[in-house]
Amino acid sequence: MLDPYLPLVLMFALAGAFALFSVTAAPYIGPRRYNKAKLDAYECGIEPSPQPVVGGGRMPVAYYLTAMLFILFDIEMVFLYPFAVAADKLGLFGLVEIVLFVATLGFAYVYVWRRGGLDWN
Amino acid sequence: MTEPVAASGIASLAWLLLALPAFGAAVLLVGGKRTDKWGHLLGCATILGAFGYGLALFFSTLGLSPEERVQNVHLFNWIDVNALTVEFGLRIDPLSLTFVLLITGVGSLIHIYSIGYMAHEEGRRKFFAYLNLFVAAMLLLVLGNGFVTLYFGWEGVGLASYLLIGWYQYKPEAASAAKKAFLMNRVGDLGLAIAIFLMFNKLGTTQYTEVFSRVSEFSSAEVLAITLLLLLGACGKSGQFPLQAWLPDAMAGPTPVSALIHAATMVTAGVYLIARSNPLYNLSEDGRLVVMIIGGVTLLIGCIIGCAYDDFKKVLAYSTVSQIGYMILAVGLGPIGYALGIMHLLTHGFFKAGLFLGAGSVMHGMNDEGNIRRMGGLYKFLPITFVTWTLGYLALIGIPPFAGYFSKDAIIAAAFTGEGWRPWVFGGVALLGAALTAFYMTRLLILVFLGQPRWKDLKSEDGRDYHPHESPLSMTVPMIILAVGSVGGGWFLSSGGRLAGWLEPSLGELKEEHGVISHGMVGILTVVLAVVGAGLAFLLFGRGKQPVERPARVSFPVRAARADLYGNALNEALFARPGTWLTRALVFLDLKGVDGLVNGTAALLGGSSGRLRRLQTGFVRSYALSMLLGSIFVLGALLVVRFS
Amino acid sequence: MNLLVAQAQQIEAPQIDYGAIAPLLVVLGAACMSVLLEALLPKHQRWAVQLVLTLGTLVGATGALIFYATSERPAQGVATLAGAIAVDSPSLFLWATLLVLAFGSVLLIADRSVEPGGAFVAQAAIRPGTIQDRAQATKTGMQTEVFPLTLFALGGMMTFVASNDLLTMFVALEVLSLPLYLMCGLARRRRLLSQEAAVKYFLLGAFASAFFLYGVALLYGYAGSVKLSAIATAAAGTDRSDTLLFAGFGLLVVGLLFKAAVGPFHSWTPDVYQGAPTPVTAFMAACTKVAAFGGILRVLTVAFENTQWEWRGVLYGVAVVSMVIGAVLGLTQTDVKRMIAYSSVAHAGFLLIGSIALTPEGTAPGVSATLFYLLAYGFTTIAAFGIVSLVRNSDGEATHLSQWAGLAKRSPIVAGVFTFLLLALAGIPLTSGFIGKFVVFSAAIEAGLAPLVVIALVASAVAAFFYLRVIVLMYFSEPAPDGPTVTVPGAFTTIAITLGAVVTLVLGLWPTFVLDWAGTGTFLS
Repeated sequence: MLDPYLPLVLMFALAGAFALFSVTAAPYIGPRRYNKAKLDAYECGIEPSPQPVVGGGRMPVAYYLTAMLFILFDIEMVFLYPFAVAADKLGLFGLVEIVLFVATLGFAYVYVWRRGGLDWN
Repeated sequence: MTEPVAASGIASLAWLLLALPAFGAAVLLVGGKRTDKWGHLLGCATILGAFGYGLALFFSTLGLSPEERVQNVHLFNWIDVNALTVEFGLRIDPLSLTFVLLITGVGSLIHIYSIGYMAHEEGRRKFFAYLNLFVAAMLLLVLGNGFVTLYFGWEGVGLASYLLIGWYQYKPEAASAAKKAFLMNRVGDLGLAIAIFLMFNKLGTTQYTEVFSRVSEFSSAEVLAITLLLLLGACGKSGQFPLQAWLPDAMAGPTPVSALIHAATMVTAGVYLIARSNPLYNLSEDGRLVVMIIGGVTLLIGCIIGCAYDDFKKVLAYSTVSQIGYMILAVGLGPIGYALGIMHLLTHGFFKAGLFLGAGSVMHGMNDEGNIRRMGGLYKFLPITFVTWTLGYLALIGIPPFAGYFSKDAIIAAAFTGEGWRPWVFGGVALLGAALTAFYMTRLLILVFLGQPRWKDLKSEDGRDYHPHESPLSMTVPMIILAVGSVGGGWFLSSGGRLAGWLEPSLGELKEEHGVISHGMVGILTVVLAVVGAGLAFLLFGRGKQPVERPARVSFPVRAARADLYGNALNEALFARPGTWLTRALVFLDLKGVDGLVNGTAALLGGSSGRLRRLQTGFVRSYALSMLLGSIFVLGALLVVRFS
Repeated sequence: MNLLVAQAQQIEAPQIDYGAIAPLLVVLGAACMSVLLEALLPKHQRWAVQLVLTLGTLVGATGALIFYATSERPAQGVATLAGAIAVDSPSLFLWATLLVLAFGSVLLIADRSVEPGGAFVAQAAIRPGTIQDRAQATKTGMQTEVFPLTLFALGGMMTFVASNDLLTMFVALEVLSLPLYLMCGLARRRRLLSQEAAVKYFLLGAFASAFFLYGVALLYGYAGSVKLSAIATAAAGTDRSDTLLFAGFGLLVVGLLFKAAVGPFHSWTPDVYQGAPTPVTAFMAACTKVAAFGGILRVLTVAFENTQWEWRGVLYGVAVVSMVIGAVLGLTQTDVKRMIAYSSVAHAGFLLIGSIALTPEGTAPGVSATLFYLLAYGFTTIAAFGIVSLVRNSDGEATHLSQWAGLAKRSPIVAGVFTFLLLALAGIPLTSGFIGKFVVFSAAIEAGLAPLVVIALVASAVAAFFYLRVIVLMYFSEPAPDGPTVTVPGAFTTIAITLGAVVTLVLGLWPTFVLDWAGTGTFLS
């Protein structure tokens, strides 16, 4: 009854065995010539940024601020697109709602802006 | 049981009994220093007012026919939601009225006495506020018309007692005594609370009227459970075995407190509880047997330890423990004993309060010295105290015609009834107790008032000479009144079954049974044994010079008695140790176990650095781990329940 | 063609009962205004304006609530916003509770007389221990953002207790949690400890939120809806996979129990209570507890009432664990705030007893009892933390127990009030704590949980030990020579403490009207 699945099981077993073999064998048969690039964390082929400064490899806090702001307005967009598509059908109520939504985000934006969250220094 | 009728006339004002002392307490506590001048007078006035009203109520009730003597005063519905109704009301019946008179009567005398005794104390008004608070709570305890109201008063008197035991805050022993009293009472309260919940669970009510008229709905096992749990409550409050150790320590409080709370009134609440619950106890033979065993064991323990102590008030305290043992034994006898227990409670209230006030008067005149080995020959210096004290002493050891003879003798005779081994064991214990009581009380009398004045060459702890002197009038008058009570009270209450007849609507008829020894014979035996005990004490302590320091090399029984018959050790082994172990184990698990699972070595090393740093380096993940384990437990349990 | 037809049709806007949700709108709207004010006002005006706005909002929202509650409304409650929010009697009670407790907390938060400049730091972003940090210790400014954060958290809590579907509940959970994480890190003194508390709370809170969300997902898989009533209907049928239902329930409940600080999900409580600024701790201990148990009550009685025989035993065990942990570990604490934290774990166990007190007939006697308990406990806790904030030495609050020795001699009133509050926490009669325990235990007995009540009584007796230890310490110990002083509180803290203590007393004497009110209706299902 389970016959049709047998090839699948064999396939899994083969894949697992190969992975295990490669990982185990590599340290023994490969040459060991390490350099900095080889030991670094792999991040899409780019050097992990930025390099450690005093105190050890912290990201500037401003980076997170920008990232958070980006996500905030990213999500605003996510809502605005479907709204635009259905704006007709939603009528006045929908318009009021989306204005309220944008206004709420606007408050946060004003706060960040007044507190210097957009100044990069 | 007589069904209650709605209160009318003067009885409908019964809330005044609670309101007066509560008002006094509130004024004194809120008024602060402004009330320093007249606060103690207000305290006395409110209690005297309550006493006066109690008397009026008593006489108006006497004028009613016995069927109308149980009255219910509905005040308001305290809790009233859906299925749960707790009525806040008062039950005016002979039993509660008896207690009202005892509490307000003895309370008034002790209030007046305290004016003199506490005259030099800073914050005297606060003392009176606490005393008033106590009286209000105690009245609530005895007047309440349901178990929840009783519990309310029960906790209230506990709190007042706690505050007053710890009155001398600067003394470490006062602090630890207060704590001990509070904690040991919690153990007892737990029993009472569970009993109340059991009743509520079964009947949906905790009002006396309904519980008592529907006792037949309980199964016999439930009745046994409730009676035993109520007994646990009684043991805590009344200092009965195995929870007796707090009461002697409680003597660290001021003497008026010892007299009022820890001799005359509060500690008898356990007796009240059992007598009040008589319809329940009538149903359970086994429950009553346990009550009697507890009473018997306690009365012996109290006597034995009382023989070995050198502290004036502690000897009296152990005497209280043992006399309450008699009362518990009496109410454990059932219908033949309830009224006897209450009678002994009343006479004991008089003579023990008198004895304590006498002790206070002596200590007042002796620079607050409590060690009886440093006294002696004081009868010349405190004549009034000596005479009133001796009258109380005669009452306690049961010499006719003094009060204790009538009440204690009746209990001993009742203990000799029944079949099989019981009358012999309980009667024998009660008789032995009478002899021992005479022994230790005579020892006290000799060492304090008679014999050599050993204090002449000594100085008190603060380096002053002793100048014993009689106390002021405000202290001696209450002592004299109490002495009158201890002389005539027993005869007055017992002649013609006066008290028993009065209490009938509350406790049912006092049944009489013939004992294995005739009543007359018991009377003779009691007196003879008391005289023998007293004589033995004269032989041992009356002649020659008594050492000022207590002898260190003594036989095993004396050592055991000095160590409270190892009561504290027992408590420690039963309650304190297991508690400590559980705590330690849990703390260990919390701090080490979970963390250790994650990184045992790191925890070991981190132990030396500050806690704060350790928290920063690794604890969040162990917290998360403990949450994860909890979640796995919840999920696993849910699925197991579902698929099993 | 079809597309054109579809465009012509209008999408129905959901019905909104503005009167019912007015309190919610007031609070959330004011929170947004508060952010704007924070951005536009000059520094020196912020504190006063924010305070007026916040207190005004609370009063206004309470007014709107009273207006709605006393007007003509459906007895069983209304579900509005397309069924996302249920405004029924328990909702209204919980809202009122949250609003008044928040009022007390805001008074504590606003106080600037006890600690010059208030309990909050001037600039939270400055790294502790740096030169700038030492410089700002002497400044009296404070981070007034705490006001909008409080309002947002409160709005989240109010939404949480009224949410009628799990997704709204999750959003509300996040809205109430995120501001709290931030507020924990704002303490003026002991910055490191405060920030650590914030990070810890955040990490563990995120962990718990994940549990909650996963539970919601599984339940959606089971019932095909996130509405509480739909889950109840689905569970009444028999043809679905129970594994999904119970796995979902378990995960959901873990998330809720975490917020309510029920053991064994309590591990964050002591650290966070200790590290957070005391007014924030008071806010968390009182309001978060109300919100979390409001949510638990609604979820258990509305969505899972008919599966109670499967899950009741499990929560039974959790309640026991919580009570034992709280009562026993409280014994060994040497810090007042940690002690109250463990006490709150024990209280959470008691509250859980009320929450699972459902009868086979489908009534829930525990609901009104738990509601009452929450109100009573909240007030007592706020007043207790108010007192904690008064006992100080040169390093700020003196929370170590040894520093409280002999406090009664220095400040009899503060010691007296604190004693009263501890007695209330221990459940001694004459206090609201006694009535609360009494009604909860009675309800549990009615629901057939007698053994659990016995355990609870034992636990409360054990817990009484550590309350008593503090009382003994305050009254019977010699004060340390360099011990802390008791600051004379300003009007705000005085009002908050008085309010808490008076309510604790009044509810102990005349609980009936609040009990009546708590029992007027059941959850909308």
